[in-house]
Amino acid sequence: MSYRKFFRRLFLFLLTLPVFFFIFFPILWLLSASLSTQVELFSVPIHWIPQHITFQNYSDIIFPNQATSSVPRTFAVALWNSIKIASSVTVICIFVGSLAAYALTRIPFGANRTIQLGMLATRMIPEVSLILPLFIIASSLQLINKPIVLIITYMSFALPYAIWLMAAYFQTVPIELEDAARLDGCSRLGILFRVVMPISVPGLVSTAMFVFLLAWDEFFFALIFTSTLAAKTVPVAIAEFIGRYVVNVNGMMAGGILAAIPPVLIALIFQRYIVSGMTAGAVKG
Amino acid sequence: MRSLYKISLITLALLFIVGTVGCAPKPAAGPVTIHVMTMDQAGLKPAEIDQIARDFEAQNPDIKVSMEYVGYDNVHDKIVTGMAATPPAYDAAMIDVIWPDEFIKAGYLLDVTSRVTPEMKAGMFPASWNGVTRNGKIYGMPWLMDVKYFMYNKDMLQKAGIAAPPTTWEELVDQAKIIKQKGIADFPIIWSWNQKEGVVCDFAVLLFGNGGAFVDANGKPAFNNDKGVQTLTWMKQTIDDGLTNPSSVSSDENAVEANFLAGKSAFAVNWLFQYSDSNDATKSQIVGQAAFAPMPVFKAGADAGIKGSSVDGSSSFAIMATTPYADQTWKFLTYLASNEVQIKYSAEMLPVWQADFQGDALTKLEAANPTNPVTVPAFLAQFPYANERPTVPYYNEASAALQLAIQNALTGVKSPKDALDEAAATWVSLAK
Amino acid sequence: MAINSNSHHRHHLTLRQQDARTAWLLLIPSLFVIVGVTLWPVISTFFLSFFNAPTGINQVRTFVGLSNYIDMLKDQTFWETIGRTLYFTVVSVGLELTIGLAVAQLIHSRPWGWQFLRISLIIPWAVPTIVNGAMWRWIYSADFGALNGLLMQLGLIKHYVPWLTLPEMAMNLVIVADIWHTMPFVALVLQAALATLPEDLDEAAAVDGANAWQRFWKIRLPLLRPAILVALIVRTVDAFRVFDIVYIITSGGPAYKTLTITYLTYLNSFSFGKQGTGAALSFLISAVTIIMAFVYIRILYRPEES
Repeated sequence: MSYRKFFRRLFLFLLTLPVFFFIFFPILWLLSASLSTQVELFSVPIHWIPQHITFQNYSDIIFPNQATSSVPRTFAVALWNSIKIASSVTVICIFVGSLAAYALTRIPFGANRTIQLGMLATRMIPEVSLILPLFIIASSLQLINKPIVLIITYMSFALPYAIWLMAAYFQTVPIELEDAARLDGCSRLGILFRVVMPISVPGLVSTAMFVFLLAWDEFFFALIFTSTLAAKTVPVAIAEFIGRYVVNVNGMMAGGILAAIPPVLIALIFQRYIVSGMTAGAVKG
Repeated sequence: MRSLYKISLITLALLFIVGTVGCAPKPAAGPVTIHVMTMDQAGLKPAEIDQIARDFEAQNPDIKVSMEYVGYDNVHDKIVTGMAATPPAYDAAMIDVIWPDEFIKAGYLLDVTSRVTPEMKAGMFPASWNGVTRNGKIYGMPWLMDVKYFMYNKDMLQKAGIAAPPTTWEELVDQAKIIKQKGIADFPIIWSWNQKEGVVCDFAVLLFGNGGAFVDANGKPAFNNDKGVQTLTWMKQTIDDGLTNPSSVSSDENAVEANFLAGKSAFAVNWLFQYSDSNDATKSQIVGQAAFAPMPVFKAGADAGIKGSSVDGSSSFAIMATTPYADQTWKFLTYLASNEVQIKYSAEMLPVWQADFQGDALTKLEAANPTNPVTVPAFLAQFPYANERPTVPYYNEASAALQLAIQNALTGVKSPKDALDEAAATWVSLAK
Repeated sequence: MAINSNSHHRHHLTLRQQDARTAWLLLIPSLFVIVGVTLWPVISTFFLSFFNAPTGINQVRTFVGLSNYIDMLKDQTFWETIGRTLYFTVVSVGLELTIGLAVAQLIHSRPWGWQFLRISLIIPWAVPTIVNGAMWRWIYSADFGALNGLLMQLGLIKHYVPWLTLPEMAMNLVIVADIWHTMPFVALVLQAALATLPEDLDEAAAVDGANAWQRFWKIRLPLLRPAILVALIVRTVDAFRVFDIVYIITSGGPAYKTLTITYLTYLNSFSFGKQGTGAALSFLISAVTIIMAFVYIRILYRPEES
């Protein structure tokens, strides 16, 4: 019987190989390209591992000097913008959204279901339907090209999503704890801050991570609402690499790696929370 | 209610933090900062324009110039979105020769007729002023006069035993066949036929070289007549015969340059920038091998008396109508267009001043940069034959229809005649 | 003093009313944001769609009634684009689900290195969409791309193929790039759901003589239905609205073969300067996605069949 078991295990392992290949081939190629010189990238047949490994592409972006062309030099600014915007969106969503999530799930006041479903529906509305009026308002309020406009407009998808995730978490808090706190004379808000939130820290961390990744990834609003360095985000900067730098592919690849590092790192560090987040949000709805 | 108080306090604190983080810092009272946007493709390199900006700032301490560089294909949309902001995102932007009609109709461009001095008017090429003048009003400062040039790889032709570059497109096909046969290049010709404005530029070069035109005397589409269909059929044929690199269908001018500079093609039609880049060892594997030749025409066109054909890809700088800093911006634009600046950077971009091309000034110009002795004659030879694309306010959408038609034909989805007829129908409906 | 007046206040409200008041207080910031940033713009877009609204400063807006919608329905490009978008949605989501389910089951079977596999899945999911697109665009490059290099070295092709110029292949290549990015999400969700399934049903079936395949189809799959449904609906709504990855890899080409409905809306609103048409198109997309959302809500909140 152990033969069968062994072969079964071997068979399963062999099945994982194509999956690993599919996952890692593009990423490793991206990495390899980012360490290549331009001339080498354009050589045929293809050099899978560059013969002359160079860190110049990275240093152009991280430590630009006068000689560096404008594209890598401005990339760092875009990185910083993205960090600012994604962080602000996350903080606001957690704070404001947790209040709403608690109200919706734990305080029956008649309109719970309707509002919950309504929020879910708004999350389904595509960005392209919101862009024109938001654009007109933002320009008349002189907000175009400032990070604040992105922070506000990102709420359209980040806030309902955050509320949805946190509501799912709050529902897993044992109701007995809240009842006990009630009996002790705690107000609703007291229960929220002293009982529910501390227990839901994993849920909050998970939600924060999802919202951060969502905001970091966003492209459409950033493309339309930001034109200049004051507010340009990383996805927009990468897209511009393509427009003007078909010739400097190695620089673009380095930019891509740098743009991917923050979200990938965050996701890997908090990976425990990803699965629980997906389960709570996705399965329990 | 203590908790409510705490909440409000935290909310206020958050709003404060977000407000300071989110809003761009107010510019210091003092030097005015103007924002100028231009393309990072063809013409001067960003580093060079940055240097011009620094020089300007040194001479004008009360003005700061913030340059922004965007890929050509994004400039149009950036202007549109930038103009929705108040104050506008840009005080000045580069305007391609095909946009003034649309932008003037949209109210984006400032009328600068009164600011243009007689010396400027007389000194710069009339063709460059035509690009920015409508109904007698001037809406911009000429900047880059560019046409598409025909460039070839000398070494490859030599290896193939070809004595001289082709003068007709039919000759080009013959020469390309020889080069391909001898194994010197798999795909000897590369074009920018991707679904962007670039394909319309290439089509224009070929169409006019066949004796065709975009519109007839009444303004109705003419690109779908016999000459147009012949041109498009010829384009597809070169792909089918394996002479034109099939990746041309997804290549823009930067990709054409990448291909040519990597030594993968013998013939590449492109703007002027490709020549100086070809001699830059950090980018090019064909240093010293590129050469100009007059743009070929079709035999039929030559018989009809067409001596040369190219397409005008000039650009100018325009001041945005809603800018609060029109005077400062005009000062910068004047500096950009000034003769000293233009001569200094003439390797990438030839001056717009006519006088530079005559007599002693011409000698001086040719001496200014190592590539000028080659590029200046090429420019003088090719520019007179530059054709214009239609100047209509709905050009962007019309061009999109034509781009789609050409792509449909090149990918074999539709026949050239059907594709062009479809585009013509769209043009007619847009004109209503 | 504040405390006194509050406790005085409390006597006049029932606990439930107090609750309701607190609930509304907690909800108002969120509602305010959502109404302002989502609801109002959608309604505003709806109104805009009845006008001819060229972009520009001080442009006149003329009321044209339904003509934006009628023109849209008469336009062949519109219908072709809807068809393409549906093709993308169905194929992409279908493949994500199938492959994701297979990978989830694979992890669940605990092969050697399954923990590493699960962690690795996070990477494609976390890479930003635009970086993903740029990466694949380079892989597909006609002259220097890795796909060509790989296939050539494996001896599968004789010449480099200009992948992105092939009208029928282009959309499929975009789908592959999209799957690389989104399949991990589906796999992780389904794997988490698989992990919560009770093992005893499965073991009982094994004892009864059911083989692995039968156990999978008849027992695990039905139990996974809620998770699959959620993943399906979320991904379908997202796939229908796809824009970013098309923008980066093909910009809608060749010959509009990868043009999706959101991209068409973007072109109309910003490149062609026809905001009225753009508004009509975007309202149409909203309508379709909201209908999908209602389907989702119906299915999900239906009482579970035992």
